[in-house]
Amino acid sequence: MKCFIGIDLGSTTTKAVVMDEQGRQLGCGITNSRSNYDTASAVAKQEAFIDTRLTLFRRSLDDVKGLEGMVDVLLEGLERNFRLEQFLEQLQDLQDTCLKNGDDLRFAKVRKQLGGAIDETFRQLRDKVLVLYAPGGERKSDFFRDLAGSQYMQLAEAVAEEAGVPFDAMLNVYDKSIIEVENRPPAGDMIGKFPRALHRVMTEEAHSFKADEHTVAAPIKAALDIKLEETYVVGTGYGRVRLPFPKEHIRSEILCHGLGAHLMYPNTRTVLDIGGQDTKGIQVDDKGIVVNFQMNDRCAAGCGRYLGYIADEMNLGLHELGPLAMKSTKNVRINSTCTVFAGAELRDRLSLGEKREDIMAGLHRAIILRSMSILSRSGGVENEFTFTGGVAKNEAAVKELRKLIAENYGERTININPNSIYTGALGGAEFARRAVMEAA
Amino acid sequence: MSNQAQTEIIKEASMVMQKELIASNYDALTSAPTTGRKVVNTFVPGNLNELIRCFDLLNNLPEINAINNGMRKKSGGMIMDAEKAGHSEDVCTYVKSDIGMMSQGNIAPNGKPMPRPDVLLLSYTGCYTFMKWFELLRHEYKCPTLMLQVPYQGDGKITRSMVDYVVKQLKEVVIPGLEEVSGVKFDIDRLREMMKLSAQAEDNLVWVLESSKNKPSPIDAYFGAVYYMGPIFTAFRGTQQAVEYYNVLRKEIEERLAKGQGPITPEGEQTDQRYRLVVEGPPNWTSFREFWKLFYDEGAVVVASTYSKVGGLYDQGFRHNADNPLESLAEYCLGCYTNNNMPQRVDLIEKYMNEYEADGFLTNSIKSCNSFAAGELMMMREIEKRTGKPGAFIETDLVDPRYFSHANVKNRLESYFQMIEQRRGGSKPVAAA
Amino acid sequence: MSTADIIKRCEALYEDLHFTSAREWKAADPSRKVIGYMPVYVPEELIHAAGMLPLGIMGGGDQMEVIHGDAYYQSYICRIPRSTIELGIAKRLDFVDGMLFPSICDVIRNLSGMWKLMFPDVYVRYIDVPQNYTDDIGGAFYQREMRELLDSLEELAGRKVTDDDLRASIEVYNLNRALVRELYKMRSDVPWKVPSSEVYLLNRAGLVLPVEEHNAMLRDYLDTVVDVERPIKDNCRIVINGSFCEQPPLNLIKSIEMSGCYIVDDDYCLVNRWLKEEVPTEGDPLANLSSAFLHHSADSAAKYAETEEDVGAQLIETIRDNRAEGVIFAAASFCDPALLWRPMLADKISAHNVPYISFKFAENSGQMAPIREQAGTFADSIKLWS
Repeated sequence: MKCFIGIDLGSTTTKAVVMDEQGRQLGCGITNSRSNYDTASAVAKQEAFIDTRLTLFRRSLDDVKGLEGMVDVLLEGLERNFRLEQFLEQLQDLQDTCLKNGDDLRFAKVRKQLGGAIDETFRQLRDKVLVLYAPGGERKSDFFRDLAGSQYMQLAEAVAEEAGVPFDAMLNVYDKSIIEVENRPPAGDMIGKFPRALHRVMTEEAHSFKADEHTVAAPIKAALDIKLEETYVVGTGYGRVRLPFPKEHIRSEILCHGLGAHLMYPNTRTVLDIGGQDTKGIQVDDKGIVVNFQMNDRCAAGCGRYLGYIADEMNLGLHELGPLAMKSTKNVRINSTCTVFAGAELRDRLSLGEKREDIMAGLHRAIILRSMSILSRSGGVENEFTFTGGVAKNEAAVKELRKLIAENYGERTININPNSIYTGALGGAEFARRAVMEAA
Repeated sequence: MSNQAQTEIIKEASMVMQKELIASNYDALTSAPTTGRKVVNTFVPGNLNELIRCFDLLNNLPEINAINNGMRKKSGGMIMDAEKAGHSEDVCTYVKSDIGMMSQGNIAPNGKPMPRPDVLLLSYTGCYTFMKWFELLRHEYKCPTLMLQVPYQGDGKITRSMVDYVVKQLKEVVIPGLEEVSGVKFDIDRLREMMKLSAQAEDNLVWVLESSKNKPSPIDAYFGAVYYMGPIFTAFRGTQQAVEYYNVLRKEIEERLAKGQGPITPEGEQTDQRYRLVVEGPPNWTSFREFWKLFYDEGAVVVASTYSKVGGLYDQGFRHNADNPLESLAEYCLGCYTNNNMPQRVDLIEKYMNEYEADGFLTNSIKSCNSFAAGELMMMREIEKRTGKPGAFIETDLVDPRYFSHANVKNRLESYFQMIEQRRGGSKPVAAA
Repeated sequence: MSTADIIKRCEALYEDLHFTSAREWKAADPSRKVIGYMPVYVPEELIHAAGMLPLGIMGGGDQMEVIHGDAYYQSYICRIPRSTIELGIAKRLDFVDGMLFPSICDVIRNLSGMWKLMFPDVYVRYIDVPQNYTDDIGGAFYQREMRELLDSLEELAGRKVTDDDLRASIEVYNLNRALVRELYKMRSDVPWKVPSSEVYLLNRAGLVLPVEEHNAMLRDYLDTVVDVERPIKDNCRIVINGSFCEQPPLNLIKSIEMSGCYIVDDDYCLVNRWLKEEVPTEGDPLANLSSAFLHHSADSAAKYAETEEDVGAQLIETIRDNRAEGVIFAAASFCDPALLWRPMLADKISAHNVPYISFKFAENSGQMAPIREQAGTFADSIKLWS
């Protein structure tokens, strides 16, 4: 089938969306951005294709006898185990790479013990991972880098001590290896992994599917056999010197974002995107075409990165900031969202006796005030208003935004989509589709 | 292809002339200690070149020196030196470049040291910073300073009171001061003669600037115009050499127009002119060529700019008038672009948008220049409202390379042009593979 | 009234961004008009003589959140124009009949034109003060400027303003200036009795009150504050320079004092300190005002220094007259005038061995800790090593 792909290379994450020729989204994928843009694009695209396959599986499994009411469970387990297969594959690569780098002259003295320690660490890691990917397992992140890294750090210290190997050596080897592994183009084989994953899920104790593996395997294979043709790809993202696409295949991130928001909410006229390092205010018409925009990309104050620093300073997870701010009972005015001074401002306020939740609320208001500036410059807030980007998931930020918009612009419908992080890639995919389908 | 490039280069006699003129002025300045000629520092807005020449003085323009240093990528270091010496990050980078240049030996583009000024002619026109700039130079050089206050057109018009004030200062402060420094007696007829030549050159300059009303445009009225403005904004207005230069330039452009040729850019002739733009604000100098290329690559040609009026606004009818030389000099100063009030600037841009049939309006907002920058956001919205054409807003600086981000500018330009393209009816469709 | 009550009233006036007292003044009589003005100086006598209230607008301060104003200015421009536009857009100035923009810098200069486009029904004038100090050159120009302003005010008022009206206004403002001088002198003589924050609030009150009321208030304060018991502190004496337009938050002024400095002179709110001597009430009033401006005015970065010797001369004079031990250069971020002026002034006072520190602020600065640290360290160093 014809597939149209949009790839959005952001500062923190790279996203991809796969769309069919009717403009329906088939799948989306995300990965952490990395120094090799080609790889980041390839990984995101692959993730989106995996998601696409799952969509196709769903279509074909809907009719299978014996799976009534269990399709979701099966697909969840299938995906989970597929991820496990992926992880294990990459983990093996990482282990091999670590062993190779452990052979470095620097570690000559402890080479043998180091090799043993690495093997032991990975053995334990594999066991842990099987638990994390078991039904009901909770993973803090789905990115290989995050998951492998956090587990490795936890396990390696103890293993190193036992083996009489300096922990530093374990760290060095890991740091060097993870970059290598990450920047290798992904091994795309789905044909092997999905059936293996299917086998795992069918044999998991937690479920009892009325259909047997053989019955299910057939429609899965049929869905896997559908050829997904990469008809046209459009890339977008920050205007770095070179995006890994030819010029005709690039659309500005403003345009992609505007169109993507329009596809999600056709009545959108104003879009606000607070990204990792920049904030965009975009006005679109009834066809999703951008009519005006303003960006603040000189300074990351009030962007996602800023919240990241605050979270670090307060020893909290990013997702905990919003809930804390919601507990505020007092107005604390924070006048600067300068990331450089975030820590100092925080400590200053705390020492003055302000409560954490009040300071958090003040900070959230300050962030939104900055966004209001951009919106103001881009042409105001028209109905409907769509809020995208990671910060859109933060309830305290959304609360301040609603307040400020109501105060300054009046009644507005505010749209927030949990998948808003894919807005740019979605717009890109649509541009790709239009480039081909409207040429005829 | 290379043959064509060669003929292009040979044809651009005006480019060669312009370079030689500017270079000759630097040579005259750096050899002043030997020749005994006296030197006056002054500003491009309110550049009383004809008057200066009446006293056989040499004209040194620190703004032009800063531009030169910027284009030669030297200004960055100079600015940092100035900041180390205590000058703020927030102030005009021309000033800091000048101060840094002084601390590095004040070397001119010809490699020789610039002379100390014998007098500072502080033509306080269109820019507050000029006042402090020359106070800083006076602080350094301890030389005579003649302050000419040119009132701001607060109500959007030149009044009798303003002209009288400027003329009185010319008569009682500037002319006597220049006489004293130069030892030359003021001869108003000399001034008249030069002003007649100024008017001739201005006629041809205006013709050239208006040639971009044609489609395709034979000139780029922003990047290209920087070179065309050289002689008239610097030490050559009022000279026969400037008259000759503008004659030659006009003929060249007439030829290009007749042949339907586009402007010559560092990348070659610009044949792709899919976007006609009016541009507000000075260009960036440290990445001038890169900046121009971003426009060229997108097929954007600038058909009118406000920066090309910074040293004098000639395309709305003003000419230096030998019949009333001092009054005319006053009107010249009062009419420089940045001495116009905001409503006037908006009206002028609106006029350009219509008369030059522009597709869009672009503002290059300069971080360290408040005279241009303060109010540009509003100007853009006002122009969008009045003309219905979209505005682009990019932010760079004059000569501080730290404030030119290629990625940032490219991103905004690309988004802008794609937006225009979309509004025209979608981007170019592609057949399926 | 006790000083505490007076200051409380001043605080209320300072915090009131709805300008209630000025609105009430106007509402009391339908013929009344209000003319707003921005820093540094306007000849208030002309406005007063036309029967109108001069209203000093110093931006929105730290209590005003700027939402719409940011659409008008890039991030590298100071905050006062954006908060002033915010005041305009938020209709806080809807009762103001005219706005005057003195020549102070290019930002305020351009704002005058923007104001014309944004509020076409308001009388707007850019006041180009003379930078040439010769009576028949700069002075002649300035008198014509004032005449033009007066003509417009007459038109607004619907009546002629006579020379006698002007002379009477000059007299009242002479008194105001004299009282402000007295206040600053007392501040300098017995700084522990007269905190800078109170001087500041009194001055700010003068921007919104009718001058007669302000005169009464100042007299009241001066008479009562002498009796207030306040402990003498071991503070050093410093002069603040560079804060003549965008104003620091009150907390900043308090922070400087808290960290061990008496601010014995400053350049906050110069409008009623600009003319340093009594303006004659006999003869041609415009000529007198012009002469006073040319020959007896204070100094600011917006003023051309006629000679190299003039640069910093008044700063040195005030350091001497007020026995100051150091200077704090406090400029608003992005303020071209203050920041361009600073290196020259620093050179001049260094030649006299006067120590200084510098920092920048914004009208809504919230972090006072760095200010306290710097000012405190400065105060300590002066005490230990002067």
